[in-house]
Amino acid sequence: MVSFVTEKKQNLNLLSRIASGDGHGENSSYFDGWKAYEENPFHPIDRPDGVIQMGLAENQLCGDVMRKWVLKHPEASICTEQGLNGFSDIAIFQDYHGLPEFRQAVAKFMEKTRNNRVKFDPDRIVMSGGATGAHETVAFCLANPGDGFLVPTPYYPGFDRDLRWRTGVNLVPVTCHSSDGFKITVEALEAAYEKARESNIPVKGLLMTNPSNPLGTTLDRECLKSLVKFTNEKKIHLIADEIYAATTFGQSEFISVAEVIEEIEDCNRDLIHIVYSLSKDMGLPGFRVGIVYSYNDRVVQIARKMSSFGLVSSQTQHLIAKMLSDEDFVDEFIRESKLRLAARHAELTTGLDGLGIGWLKAEAGLFLWMDLRNLLKTATFDSETELWRVIIHQVKLNVSPGGSFHCHEPGWFRVCFANMDHKTMETALERIRVFTSQLEEETKPMASTTMMAKKKKKCWQSNLRLSFNDKRRFDDGFFSPHSPVPPSPLVRAQT
Amino acid sequence: MVLLSRKATCNSHGQDSSYFLGWEEYEKNPYDVIKNPQGIIQMGLAENQLCFDLLESWLEQNQDAACFKQDGQSIFRELALFQDYHGLSSFKNALADFMSENRGNRVSFDSNNLVLTAGATSANETLMFCLADPGDAFLIPTPYYPGFDRDLKWRTGVEIVPIQCSSTNGFQITKLALEEAYEQAKKLDLNVKGILITNPSNPLGTTTTRTELNILFDFISKHKNIHLVSDEIYSGTVFNSSEFVSVMEILKNNKLENTDVFNRVHIVYSLSKDLGLPGFRVGAIYSNDKDVISAATKMSSFGLVSSQTQYLLSSLLSDKKFTKNYLRENQNRLKNRQRKLVSGLEAIGIKCLDESNAGLFCWVDMRHLLGSKTFDAEMDLWKKIVYQVKLNISPGSSCHCVEPGWFRVCFANMSEETLKLALKRLKKFVDDETSKRSCQKSESQRLKGSRKKKITNISNWVFRLSFQDREADER
Repeated sequence: MVSFVTEKKQNLNLLSRIASGDGHGENSSYFDGWKAYEENPFHPIDRPDGVIQMGLAENQLCGDVMRKWVLKHPEASICTEQGLNGFSDIAIFQDYHGLPEFRQAVAKFMEKTRNNRVKFDPDRIVMSGGATGAHETVAFCLANPGDGFLVPTPYYPGFDRDLRWRTGVNLVPVTCHSSDGFKITVEALEAAYEKARESNIPVKGLLMTNPSNPLGTTLDRECLKSLVKFTNEKKIHLIADEIYAATTFGQSEFISVAEVIEEIEDCNRDLIHIVYSLSKDMGLPGFRVGIVYSYNDRVVQIARKMSSFGLVSSQTQHLIAKMLSDEDFVDEFIRESKLRLAARHAELTTGLDGLGIGWLKAEAGLFLWMDLRNLLKTATFDSETELWRVIIHQVKLNVSPGGSFHCHEPGWFRVCFANMDHKTMETALERIRVFTSQLEEETKPMASTTMMAKKKKKCWQSNLRLSFNDKRRFDDGFFSPHSPVPPSPLVRAQT
Repeated sequence: MVLLSRKATCNSHGQDSSYFLGWEEYEKNPYDVIKNPQGIIQMGLAENQLCFDLLESWLEQNQDAACFKQDGQSIFRELALFQDYHGLSSFKNALADFMSENRGNRVSFDSNNLVLTAGATSANETLMFCLADPGDAFLIPTPYYPGFDRDLKWRTGVEIVPIQCSSTNGFQITKLALEEAYEQAKKLDLNVKGILITNPSNPLGTTTTRTELNILFDFISKHKNIHLVSDEIYSGTVFNSSEFVSVMEILKNNKLENTDVFNRVHIVYSLSKDLGLPGFRVGAIYSNDKDVISAATKMSSFGLVSSQTQYLLSSLLSDKKFTKNYLRENQNRLKNRQRKLVSGLEAIGIKCLDESNAGLFCWVDMRHLLGSKTFDAEMDLWKKIVYQVKLNISPGSSCHCVEPGWFRVCFANMSEETLKLALKRLKKFVDDETSKRSCQKSESQRLKGSRKKKITNISNWVFRLSFQDREADER
């Protein structure tokens, strides 16, 4: 017995604390949805009863525009006949400054996505392994193990891993409420700051995502100014994740923190940093183009040295440089993307309106923040989880429950809409319609129903037990956007 | 004053070392045969530029792969969306096969045990995060690649304790040196988590011998908490593959598959050296321990390989005819180029490390050119070589060598003409130095003689001496 314990302890000691712990965040029970999708993915022809993926925030609506450009510009590849003479220079290029034309093109693109109201300096563009790598790098630069970042809730679950796992940094939630549209108030910021202080967590910065994931809202000028002022006063950093900058549609306009700092007198710019990526705006998550843009020279310097751990492939830098320098293409792409996002969003919201399902008013992002509070048995997260399991297993939609985003109130769900075609959206809406009408049936008085109705249980109150025969696959984890995700139906339908 | 993290304000990124300073000098005044023929020739960069023609001709003949096409259809969209941290399976399979081929197919690799990372830089750091806690130590034989100081220590908080190797036995790892390093770590109150070797070695340009590998395996068999990481990034640069013994081979030949040692041996690989594609950021970790694979896979999110690059390389490496020919040609060209450097240096009276049979560089013995057997003298010599001779080579001290006077000189990142020019410049320098020394020697002998004479007017004597001295120089 003793030797078994010793051996097990020895095995545990073989890996680091970081590797043997749960900091990667993938052991959460929220992966049930992904697993269900993985086991039975929807396909309009092969699997019409499969689970529809609405938990993946990907922008797949303009792939055709992109592909057309790529086919038309073989010189953008260093491998085609037209581009081959550049092959060896690019293949050996591992300078962590990145290709100058890449940085210039990205800076220009960032300007365009902010309606050309600000200028970005290509020399401040630092590469990283996607926004995932960018966030970790920023945390390494700005905070020591044990320090904390304030993060308004609800927030992207990946932050728990990206900002904390290997860095040892803490995340301190800034609670936002539906009563005021989840606005980030100074009161909430002060309360969180104080709480951190009481817990002996030195606060080093505030991280906000604008446009917001999962809310889809953008911050107005006043709010942005208040965030800059708050962080400046406290002498803490402000990190703006602007990964969804170009996904605004409709009336709302995206205001970048870059714009706001120009309007604030005596703003300490050494505290201002932007995280960006081409994964959402351009729909290119596979190419791993992450950017750290800091107004602090020392941070630029250090982040650049750290970028050695996650440089963008020079082959990709070359392609992106060519693509984003084609201003006509970029303008067309952004315009088309916004139109299509608006249309798909409208389709979903019109459908939900017709069913009396509420959603947070927002005009950005690749998702909707859906309000199902009135469907909860009790206003608890247990009830939310129960409802969620029903949505996955009976309605067969993989949506993301608010609890996984650290939302303060149960009953909210994030529903992605930009990773599917029109027909799939129709199917999803039809399933929701069927589900809500079943619920209506169940709430009718017993006397007026038939015997069949008597036997019907409230579907979302059934004791649904999830059975996972394959524990290994569960442990492998599915939550990370980098976990094995079979091609979305949109893509599969095309191939 | 804005507060940044300790990592941001310290110097652990290691970039203040002379290794990087030489690079900076080169950047300011780079040699170009037409535009800047007097510029500094870069011999501090371990890059393989000898086989681009083979890659380019493959691309010309395989345009589908080059244009994101599969069976004539564009798969751009699928690639653009592919961010699965398990990697493209066709690429991992091809990579696993390529790694086997590099080892003469004496061992086989399972693609499920491969984790893709953004270059070996990321692979090494990720392994440290997986195997060691902050304050733990890894033992590394000196001299070693200067980048390890950043890659292994900076953000991980891991310490490096050197295993001191010396020229007395060609810088091979000895049991004594290993044990001394282990004791030293204990004295410093550091918990040793592993040993990291580079095989073939950077900067030595030699393959690790079976004897050395057996010493290492004996050690980790005895110390059951210690890992062995073998950075085999130069495996394809061995001039004769039969001379390369991978740690995987030792596991197989010594039948260690069912022992605990099996799970504690890990390989780091990359396509930056063998294929000459450092810009593409293709690195890999290979381990038989599923927990290491699981943790490293999740960590690879911080530095995945671009799907565009994975797809191109999966086609390239799946072409077995190409890989067979490439590996052979690469080895031959490297061998020939190395021989040219070695013989060129010999003609100047400079020796390279014996038995060097791999790598993109030579470990060169310039101890006889030092003013004194000190690292200060090594720095003086290095500065002369960079600023006067205009060659950027890497001083041994930047590689943590215990003996001054050794330099790493790269040969695979330039044309043959450039190499000849570099040798010519070096010859001139050595000739000048030699004649300076013989002048100084005869001068000091003269000084000894004149002191014996009775001299009343010291200033006259000094004047006469210096006049004679000048005359001697003009000759």
